[in-house]
Amino acid sequence: MIQNVPLSYVLIVSTLMFFIGIFGFLTRRNLITMLISIELILNSVNINFVAFNRYLYPQGFEGHFFSMIVIAVAAAESAVAIAIIINIYRNFKSIDVENVDQMKF
Amino acid sequence: MFDQITFFVVAAIILIFSVLTVTSRKILRSAVYLLFVLIATAVLYFMLDYNFLAAVQLTVYAGGIVVLIIFSILLTSHISERAVVAPTFQRLLSALSAVAGAVLVLMVVMKFNFVPDTTPVQYAATAISATDSTAVASTVPTIKDVGHALVSYDRGGFALPFEVISILLLAAMIGAIVVARKERASFPGKKEVIDNSENESEQ
Repeated sequence: MIQNVPLSYVLIVSTLMFFIGIFGFLTRRNLITMLISIELILNSVNINFVAFNRYLYPQGFEGHFFSMIVIAVAAAESAVAIAIIINIYRNFKSIDVENVDQMKF
Repeated sequence: MFDQITFFVVAAIILIFSVLTVTSRKILRSAVYLLFVLIATAVLYFMLDYNFLAAVQLTVYAGGIVVLIIFSILLTSHISERAVVAPTFQRLLSALSAVAGAVLVLMVVMKFNFVPDTTPVQYAATAISATDSTAVASTVPTIKDVGHALVSYDRGGFALPFEVISILLLAAMIGAIVVARKERASFPGKKEVIDNSENESEQ
């Protein structure tokens, strides 16, 4: 744990980061920037897991492993999402959500 | 004292660049700001003594996902293109709901009394190895501990999630290739440059 830094400071940082990500997800109209907002949200949740593990349960490391699994799932998710985005771009010539209103062919 | 100052600097970097990530009109710039946020998060993990997790964060997030995002930005939009944003009323409403949620969660976080759990771990697989000499070092997981726990199938081991994640990654990889592939009756060979760049971005 960090000297002279209580747990709630780390939680404040991750909470603010989470809601900044939520704001970005609600206001963005481009699929890739929405994906970037999702990455921010996932990252803030990872900080939470790691901080709880380190401050409250330092003798085990379940939170550490949960963060690693979340990182792996985020990698898989962004790979599939970018494949879908490239496919959408090929069909619609645009990746704005306003234009992608017809998902079946 | 030094740790405290470092923490505040890292927190400021994380928050400022998070805001810039979601407000920047240029998409490529917003991806680069995301890179800064992820590297600052890795610094936070280093400060919490989780060195292996910080290394994973740097390689997978900063080295993999951001590069993938930048590739796809270059494939789908012009660099000078400005991102379309929601109408002002909708932005205001989103900001209001985000601020309300943040205030609610922060009130709970500030009021709650966190008590550390000091009971020792019952099962051996996830416990930090007691061979370390000092008490401080014994609470820091070494890469040896991480590796042992990751392939241990005892109680508290992480062999099953490890295997499940490997199957998930394989499925995602194959799925990404199948989804992004061009539908075509016969593959025309390697003379098209566009095909090559797309194949690279999928990996």
